[in-house]
Amino acid sequence: MLKRSLAILTLLIIGYWLAQGLAGVPFGQDRMLVGHYYLEHVKEQTGAVNAVTAIVVNYRGFDTLGEVTVLFIASTGVAALLWRKKKKRSAKTEGSVVLTTGTRLLVPFVILFGSYIFIHGHLTPGGGFPGGATIATGFLLLYMAFTTYEIPHRGFEKTEGIAGMSYVLVGLIGLGIGGYFLFDWIWQTWQLGTDNIGRLFSGGFIPIIYILIGIKVGTELSGIIDNMVKEEVSE
Amino acid sequence: MNAIAIIEYLIVGIMILSAVLAVEWRDLLAAAVGMAAVSLFASILFFMLQAPDVAMTEAAIGAALSAAVFIFAIKRTQRFETEEEEKPGWWVRW
Repeated sequence: MLKRSLAILTLLIIGYWLAQGLAGVPFGQDRMLVGHYYLEHVKEQTGAVNAVTAIVVNYRGFDTLGEVTVLFIASTGVAALLWRKKKKRSAKTEGSVVLTTGTRLLVPFVILFGSYIFIHGHLTPGGGFPGGATIATGFLLLYMAFTTYEIPHRGFEKTEGIAGMSYVLVGLIGLGIGGYFLFDWIWQTWQLGTDNIGRLFSGGFIPIIYILIGIKVGTELSGIIDNMVKEEVSE
Repeated sequence: MNAIAIIEYLIVGIMILSAVLAVEWRDLLAAAVGMAAVSLFASILFFMLQAPDVAMTEAAIGAALSAAVFIFAIKRTQRFETEEEEKPGWWVRW
């Protein structure tokens, strides 16, 4: 009881301190310093209508590369931590008929919607990370409905690696053409799609990178689910 | 006070309640459900603060995938927090 009340007291002090600090920041007012530049120049500089994805992929592309690396390390860490020579699904009860049939019907739609999210990253909210997570949710559905389902491992892990390397490759092509890493060569040098901003074939390399990130995140999270579900077989 | 502010206060209240319940419940499966509820209401709040990108990511990662990963981990370990059998000394309980 003493421990708990002391913890609550400490949290209250920290919360009061944070609230004091935040009291000086007005909510909902224009406090943008760099934001105005992004909002005014996003269309002509990147070709994207969605300013968030333009910032995430184009202006601050290095952070996205770091995030993808973090996710890759997490996936590799889970795989290394749960590594066993022989692993099998341990589920014993098959899902009900309604569940399996519903999964059969739903999974194509879930994967289609995930692909829609990451292909239209430069036009609509979303992008590579939600799209890839949606695709992984489709595979999670398959894992939960069928006792024997397994993702095709060889293809999956190679796809993940190829998608990650292609992201770096796109950045390196930019380094060769424009002089710095992750330079938007499709938009700035080739001027591809400059006359149809707001349509699908615009946005420089944002759609390409988001397709790669979507595939990478989807396969990675599916791999994490696969590692979590399987258990060791005792021989 | 307009309707949107009332809805926002309500969502923040439910979110705090589910966060407290998620740490209070001894049944870890229920705690995972509480965590997913916090993610869901955070996602709704992001949407109401006009950040749809963040809202979609929060819903996809927090409410679906991390809850599933937690539940898989609970399935492979144990479901209930165990109380200590014999009462330890005050220095442990403290």
